[in-house]
Amino acid sequence: MQRIGVIGAGVMGTGVAQDLAQHGHDVILVDVSDVILARARDQIAHSARMGRLLGSSAPPLEMRRLHATTDYEALAAADFVIENVTEKRQLKEEVYARLDSICRGDVVFAANTSAISVTRLGSLTSRPDRVIGMHFMNPVPLKRIVEVIRGWHTSPATIERALDLLASIGKDGVVVSDAPGFVSNRVLMLTINEAVYLVQDQVATPEDVDRIFTSCFEHKMGPLATADLIGLDTILFSIEVLYESFNDSKYRPCPLLKRMVDAGLHGRKSGRGFYSYHHDALEATA
Amino acid sequence: MNERAEIRMFIRERFPNAELDDQQNIFALGYVNSLFAMELVLFIEKHFRIEIPNEELDIANFCTIDAMSELVGRCAVPA
Repeated sequence: MQRIGVIGAGVMGTGVAQDLAQHGHDVILVDVSDVILARARDQIAHSARMGRLLGSSAPPLEMRRLHATTDYEALAAADFVIENVTEKRQLKEEVYARLDSICRGDVVFAANTSAISVTRLGSLTSRPDRVIGMHFMNPVPLKRIVEVIRGWHTSPATIERALDLLASIGKDGVVVSDAPGFVSNRVLMLTINEAVYLVQDQVATPEDVDRIFTSCFEHKMGPLATADLIGLDTILFSIEVLYESFNDSKYRPCPLLKRMVDAGLHGRKSGRGFYSYHHDALEATA
Repeated sequence: MNERAEIRMFIRERFPNAELDDQQNIFALGYVNSLFAMELVLFIEKHFRIEIPNEELDIANFCTIDAMSELVGRCAVPA
């Protein structure tokens, strides 16, 4: 069992913290406000309780495993840190230099990112060989596979430690190299963005777009229901990162996506996205 | 109104087109997913003012209206 620092108590950070704590790791959960941390603790307790209903086989949660704090200095006690800050490069980058000065030299930093360069994050530290990417899928406690990203300088020993940590929480990693969007998001974000264009251009309703994927291709969810689950704000950030990284117009975000994010329609977590989640689970809104 | 009727009404409100009887597995009908099981937990706890123990949070207890009604019976504090 290890002490794992988890930075960021949003959707991904709380999922990671819950999964680690349920598997017996001590978790130091750090975020900028006590309000966010209190909400995260409630969310973690709730999700852990409901886990079995959703098919999780994780052991029951002991809340004493979870230490929530706004004090970054608490990470001095961590053996491994997983960073889950919002997918904005500047916000993420600010964290690494700070972590580097607080954590012991042997500590591995894992960036939970779907699009940001692990190599670049590593370059902001004195330990680029111990910086790696771990792209967890949502909801974290129910997803068994993690896309693990090898940065330019990431060492084999670091990859092994990351895979060992994942194994301890019942997960496998697929190791890929560092390129914008890695494998998952380079394909998924373009697919979602194009699906939003289809809705914007009135080619099809959100239900019909999704039905083509679920019925014809046997996907569990269509791209727009997936977008609602991930969060439309996160989708927009991710596409913007791809656009910025490749300077290729094929990654330009759909104007409808931008409008929905500006309007606060962030998907399942805000109660509305392409579908409404207040009453009937699947009632199209866009 | 008894528990069965109240639970049936909650499901009907959400899925007006569903044809249900009390023994039917609602998850096997195709339009309800496991996230709805969470909503059922919250509804039952709030509506019947009970707390469902963690070991009872098993999908089998939420599959049919009968199963949910029995669960409420087991969890209810004797008056």
